[in-house]
Amino acid sequence: MDTLASLADGFAIALTWQNILLALLGCFLGTIMGALPGLGPSNGVAILIPLAFTLGLGATPSLILLTSVYYGAMYGGRISSILLNIPGDEPAMMTCLDGHPMARKGMAGQALSLSGIASFVGAFFATWGLIFLAPQLVKIALLFGPAEYFALFALAFMTLGGVSSTNQAKSAFAAALGLGLAMVGVDTQTGVPRFTFGEVHLYDGLDFLVAIVGLFALSEVFIFLEKRHGEADASAPVKIGRLTPPMKMLKDTAPTMARSTVLGFLAGVLPGAGASLGSFISYSLEKRLVDKDGKTFGKGDPRGVAAPEAGNNAAAGGALVPMLALGVPGSGTTAVLLAVLLALNITPGPLLFTQNPDVVWGLIAALFIANFMLLAMNIPMVGLFTRVLMVPPRILMPVVAMVSFVGIYGISGSSFDLVVMIGFGVMGWVLRKLDVPLVPIILGTLLGNSMENNLRRAITIDNGDWWTLIDSPLSIGLWLFATIGFILPLIVGRKVKSKMHERRDEEGSISD
Amino acid sequence: MIFKATRLAAAAALLSASALGVSAQGFTPENPECIAPANPGGGWDFTCRQVGKSLQDLGLLDKTVQVVNLAGGGGGVAYAEVVNKRNDDNNLIVAASAATATRLAQGAYPGNTMDQVRWLASIGADYGVIAVAKDSEIADLPALLDMIKSDPTSISVAGGSAVGGWDHLKVLIAANAHGIDDVRSVKYIAFDGGGEAVTQLLAGSVQAFTGDISEAKGFVDSGDIRVIAVLAPERLDGEFAAFPTAREQGVDVIGANWRGFYAPGGMSDEAYDAWVAKIADLYASPEWKEIMAANGLAPLDLQGDAFQTFVAESVAQIQAISREIGIIK
Repeated sequence: MDTLASLADGFAIALTWQNILLALLGCFLGTIMGALPGLGPSNGVAILIPLAFTLGLGATPSLILLTSVYYGAMYGGRISSILLNIPGDEPAMMTCLDGHPMARKGMAGQALSLSGIASFVGAFFATWGLIFLAPQLVKIALLFGPAEYFALFALAFMTLGGVSSTNQAKSAFAAALGLGLAMVGVDTQTGVPRFTFGEVHLYDGLDFLVAIVGLFALSEVFIFLEKRHGEADASAPVKIGRLTPPMKMLKDTAPTMARSTVLGFLAGVLPGAGASLGSFISYSLEKRLVDKDGKTFGKGDPRGVAAPEAGNNAAAGGALVPMLALGVPGSGTTAVLLAVLLALNITPGPLLFTQNPDVVWGLIAALFIANFMLLAMNIPMVGLFTRVLMVPPRILMPVVAMVSFVGIYGISGSSFDLVVMIGFGVMGWVLRKLDVPLVPIILGTLLGNSMENNLRRAITIDNGDWWTLIDSPLSIGLWLFATIGFILPLIVGRKVKSKMHERRDEEGSISD
Repeated sequence: MIFKATRLAAAAALLSASALGVSAQGFTPENPECIAPANPGGGWDFTCRQVGKSLQDLGLLDKTVQVVNLAGGGGGVAYAEVVNKRNDDNNLIVAASAATATRLAQGAYPGNTMDQVRWLASIGADYGVIAVAKDSEIADLPALLDMIKSDPTSISVAGGSAVGGWDHLKVLIAANAHGIDDVRSVKYIAFDGGGEAVTQLLAGSVQAFTGDISEAKGFVDSGDIRVIAVLAPERLDGEFAAFPTAREQGVDVIGANWRGFYAPGGMSDEAYDAWVAKIADLYASPEWKEIMAANGLAPLDLQGDAFQTFVAESVAQIQAISREIGIIK
């Protein structure tokens, strides 16, 4: 009951004109960004961070705007998957498999609206899960001392390369690179500057917002510059057709949505798994359950559209649980959101619910509002979003570049950061060429310091005794889980991955 | 005639009033600007925005103070910018705090020293506290320091600033005042902010917490932690009056995280005096007292030369203790 009372307070906070407008704006921009190939939720949020700060928004409105973008992008990703067979973002990859065949059969409108409803179901129930599970995780969080935190971070890094990446070694490389970048700056445990080369701008370390915008948004621009007249220019519009799915289709897909929501949510809650994993697991399990012979899936089965969409949106909600309650992001986008929270001087973690209840409950209420808005927006207005896909990149990309530069300069007022951002952009471009995933770099940069500091805190508290790291049942459990998470994909993942690859090659789609 | 005389008198009064105004102001900043040497949202940003807004609300300035965020190097980027590029800007003030003095003292702003700028005034202070968990056996500050003295490895003190930062130094100054000669043996664990440090106190990972009153207030209110000493010259007002000072327990130490401003070193005396007067007027206003109460700021009323001396003294003190613990050579 307390929870519901807090939620009601949250609605009172979220239901101001300013916040509703921000949510609407966020949903709209998020859907567009999700729909644009290449611009996923993490870059969508990253691009809008400067906007939130330049507007001088407070903590709650900023978070409302950015999480609306986050949810919006999770919805929007499916649009280009279905219409163009190019995933709008990574989690929408699985939606291509059945969505595009549906569109080919002239059922594009039905596929879009069905996936919209599936997205809604996934996100709606995941938000309820967030409400009831997050306060529970807060109680557990007091069991976490430095040693347990270190084990938790190790867990996040060890499961990171898991199922959703194509190459374990490249993920590991990216994570190591991120960890290395995190070392720049004054070391808080001794007060000694590291890798700063006497440059005062580097004393605070590399600003991860700068890193994110450079790595994701600018590298996108560079890739465009290289390709010039990219594929998006040439794509012919697909007929949209009927916009509402028949009742029978909804009924048939209801159990699918229910199962996928649960799976997706759990995948989201696990640090480092995230939405891609959620949609992949949902799709592959559903396929195994209802289509044992492989007859209909992949050829335009509505259940193959509903499963990954419910799964990835549920994962989006799930990923907010560890971010809010533990300060550990469950996905790439929540890693970006975590950076936003830190920049707003809010420390996510066990105390967030007691220290900033207005922020937390306002945010949760806003998620519900955003969800309904997105449902309303995505079904009748789907035609509008499809038109955005026709915006030629030669117009789109300069806008992305401009927003990045103006935004970053707006935050720090220092041209040094712009140079760093360009550096990151070039690095992102090179790494994409080498097919190295970018998300582990961000996770490494973001979490590297915490991981290192917690290790050193744990050791210092126990006067240099390394056994302190496995001194409690909780840390032993986390280490076990981390080890399994690291080793299992090496064995099982080979099988699963070869399947993913097969699919991908067949469909000829890109995945970054 | 009478009528004329009254008018004359009125005109004279008006003239003299405006003349008075001129002599009090002397200088009026045309485009007042305040640099917050950090990203939006932190303490320095608050200092700039709140003071800028209040100066205008109270009519002490007729123009809006433009707040510029110039983050980096823990304030070092802004400091270098002011010294190197804006040295004779009469319109500029910069937010500062005890952290600025600490970094200047430890040479963490490469190539810069405290006498390169003019220190304007303080607008309040957040006094340091030392706290323990509610069920801790440690009764008071001398008991804690005695335990550290007899076995330094038995007590871990958590704080929100980096090693060598202000939260750390407060404990060391207290330890030093209690007769612990080798302050390096005091075990300090740096966390990312006071909130995280308090959480670890609650979780039982550490035995004591050092931080500011504003960081600890929420947990004191909830009864989770117990303040064993506040590092103020005398007991504070209102709800904080229950906290014993370190001084009354025989440990003579004051630790204030002050907030205030500095101005470019080449600012004219006229402009400097005008800014000092404006901030002094602001400080004296009841409106500002309310803002201080709402934000947990305790009184620290220093302007002009008095403030300059105060900063110089605290820099010297921090330098001495930092040298002792080996942070600077």
